[in-house]
Amino acid sequence: MKDNVIGLAHGSGGRKTARLIRELFLTYLGNPILERLEDSAELPSDRGRIALTTDSHVVYPLFFPGGDIGKLAVCGTLNDLAVKGARPRFMTAGFVLRAGMKIEALERIVQSMAEELNKAGVQLIAGDTKVIEKGQVDDCYITTTGYGTLEHDKTFAPERIEPGDAILVSGTIGDHEAAVLLAREDFGFEHKIESDVATIWPLVEKLIETDIDVKAMRDPTRGGLATTLNEMASAAGLGMIIKEQDVPFNPAVKGTAELLGLDPYYLASEGRLIAVVRKDDAGRALEVMRVEQLGKEAAVIGEVREKPEGLWLETLLGSERPLLTLEGEQLPRIC
Amino acid sequence: MCIGIPAKVIEISGTSGKVDYQGVKRETSFLMLPDVKVGDYVILHAGFAIKKLSEVDAKETLRLIQEMVRVEKELDG
Amino acid sequence: MAENLEEILKRIEGDADLIQGLLAELCAHIKEPLTLMEVCGTHTHAISKTGIRRALAGKVRLLSGPGCPVCVTSDADIDRFIELSRMPDVVVTTFGDMLHVPGSESSLANERDQGRDIRIVYSPLDALAMAEREPDKEFCFLGVGFETTAPAILATVAEARRRGINNFSIYAAFKLIPPALRMIAAHPDLAIEGLILPGHVSAVIGSEPYRFLADEFKRPCVITGFEGADILQAILMIADQIKEGEPCLEIQYKRVVTKEGNKAALKIMEGMCDVKDSMWRGLGTIPESELKLKEAWKDFDAEHKLSLPPMEYKETADAKGCRCGEVLLGKIIPPDCPLFAEACTTSNPIGPCMVSSEGACSAYYKYER
Repeated sequence: MKDNVIGLAHGSGGRKTARLIRELFLTYLGNPILERLEDSAELPSDRGRIALTTDSHVVYPLFFPGGDIGKLAVCGTLNDLAVKGARPRFMTAGFVLRAGMKIEALERIVQSMAEELNKAGVQLIAGDTKVIEKGQVDDCYITTTGYGTLEHDKTFAPERIEPGDAILVSGTIGDHEAAVLLAREDFGFEHKIESDVATIWPLVEKLIETDIDVKAMRDPTRGGLATTLNEMASAAGLGMIIKEQDVPFNPAVKGTAELLGLDPYYLASEGRLIAVVRKDDAGRALEVMRVEQLGKEAAVIGEVREKPEGLWLETLLGSERPLLTLEGEQLPRIC
Repeated sequence: MCIGIPAKVIEISGTSGKVDYQGVKRETSFLMLPDVKVGDYVILHAGFAIKKLSEVDAKETLRLIQEMVRVEKELDG
Repeated sequence: MAENLEEILKRIEGDADLIQGLLAELCAHIKEPLTLMEVCGTHTHAISKTGIRRALAGKVRLLSGPGCPVCVTSDADIDRFIELSRMPDVVVTTFGDMLHVPGSESSLANERDQGRDIRIVYSPLDALAMAEREPDKEFCFLGVGFETTAPAILATVAEARRRGINNFSIYAAFKLIPPALRMIAAHPDLAIEGLILPGHVSAVIGSEPYRFLADEFKRPCVITGFEGADILQAILMIADQIKEGEPCLEIQYKRVVTKEGNKAALKIMEGMCDVKDSMWRGLGTIPESELKLKEAWKDFDAEHKLSLPPMEYKETADAKGCRCGEVLLGKIIPPDCPLFAEACTTSNPIGPCMVSSEGACSAYYKYER
């Protein structure tokens, strides 16, 4: 590693995060499964295919409009299973808690986890708790591991993406990060923005049940829609073009982004599905998604193409501009 | 330099009040715009309203743009 | 026809037919390639965001001027910001864009990672509210900005005095746009045929302080708004001026900018500040281009209150071989600089044009390689 100290940018989901993963974690922990760097690992088993994934949750504040760290710790992990086409079955959770944290707050968090797990029909099968001294962490961090089963013979992987495929999202982009940002920072905005945090498996399940040819799925978390699509395009070795006019945004989220000088395409969602499907199936996929409450605002936002590689945005002007991977953290700006 | 957003004044009390932009509301200082009224649009910058927008001039700008585009269309046709 | 202001703004902002029509008109209009400068960083952003730069490739070359206040703040100032952040019980409050700008050996982002109390605010008034809530700490707001931002920060200082909040101070380093434009316009190598002038600086200072650009230096200039349609219309207006051979000063952004500007804001700046010479990163010292607090406000002046040692003028970026000054003048394009994409990158910027997320070097680094 070139860097000496861990900075905030190492956790932003952008290039620095990628470098940390490549140059440190993979150096020591790498193996063919981990090195695929996918949302969840597909494991061989004589009883069919299973999927496994793990994720740490460090959101601050612990409670925000639309959710809390408990709900996020469940949904984040279950969604990583779902986008690989795995039905979430079991979960484990490790808690790191600060001495002095209120039991009542922890209870609310655990309740919210239970609620989300019940909804998804998932059992928590193992857990761990550590308490550390005051001042070292901010109340509570949760690490969850999810186990899911693939009950079909479909494969969802970026390698299957082809030029001409349609890119769909299941709803508005960036609500989660906007809600958390406004809850965390003292920007003095009054708003009605709620995090979109939700388990997207019901949506994925409906898609799998049809004969729609879904090539690959992702959820646009850290780094937002732009970073996630960049990763998909780069894994596929192809280009993607999305249309400014077609990407759904909650006006207040876009407004917040404009007020603070942030690019909304980089704001994280925690309950949204990106699906790349065969062009001819796009209309049907949209119908299937829109039937579900979770996919009411689903939209086709663009398509895959051979060249140029990378992610591009067609602006109102009809001009194209590159949408690069998030570099470092996005900060509110005045210029 | 200077991100400014055209926000609508929704509340005034003394030299401060509130503006609304796309459903996001923010406490705003009107120290630099003493004559502002509820319903006005102002440029919001760093928590201060720095200028009132003129409806007449905005209309004129739009008219000029439309005229330019129309000339283009006629040439095309 | 749109009836009320909200509808009119929506049309100007988001009517695709209108914007595409303007673009077509502009492309048909321009026969010889033009080199223009957009002075303001927010214009630079808008030009990239809307895709105007790419749409006009081969027709209009758009150079980014000195209009990003954090980018032109000198190493010496940044080093002093860092010094402030290292003082015990001092909380540094700032706009977010200041965080990653490098000083001679560190940046505020770097200091924050090491645990210094550096907080990002949306408004200086929010920093004042923090000072009121936490009276045991000194809250210092980094007063970086142009004429748009200076009155807001100064009004906050006046408010602090009125409310008797004495643990609040600012580091005043407000830069002025017209003197920088005079320096650029007076440069013998200037290759710029017209200027897109800042909309929100002009909302405060009005149109008259730019008059010299047209009268003395014969440069076409248009004060412009920030929507795609605004910018395209302004470029058309400049192209017309060039064609007619009659350079003048025009206001495209009439809905916000008037001849006389905002009198209350101008009065605040005049009443609270003295005009001083100032060091600009990449451009060097520009006479009478900075506002510093007057003696009467020294209790709120962090440099005085927190006893910062006298400023040492140094420009390390130049010493490192940075050629941003020439990029800003349109004399060279970013790849001509030996540091470009080698020592100087977006994650490790050296000069102002790479520091700004949409500065000329940064734009070339990201989009044109």
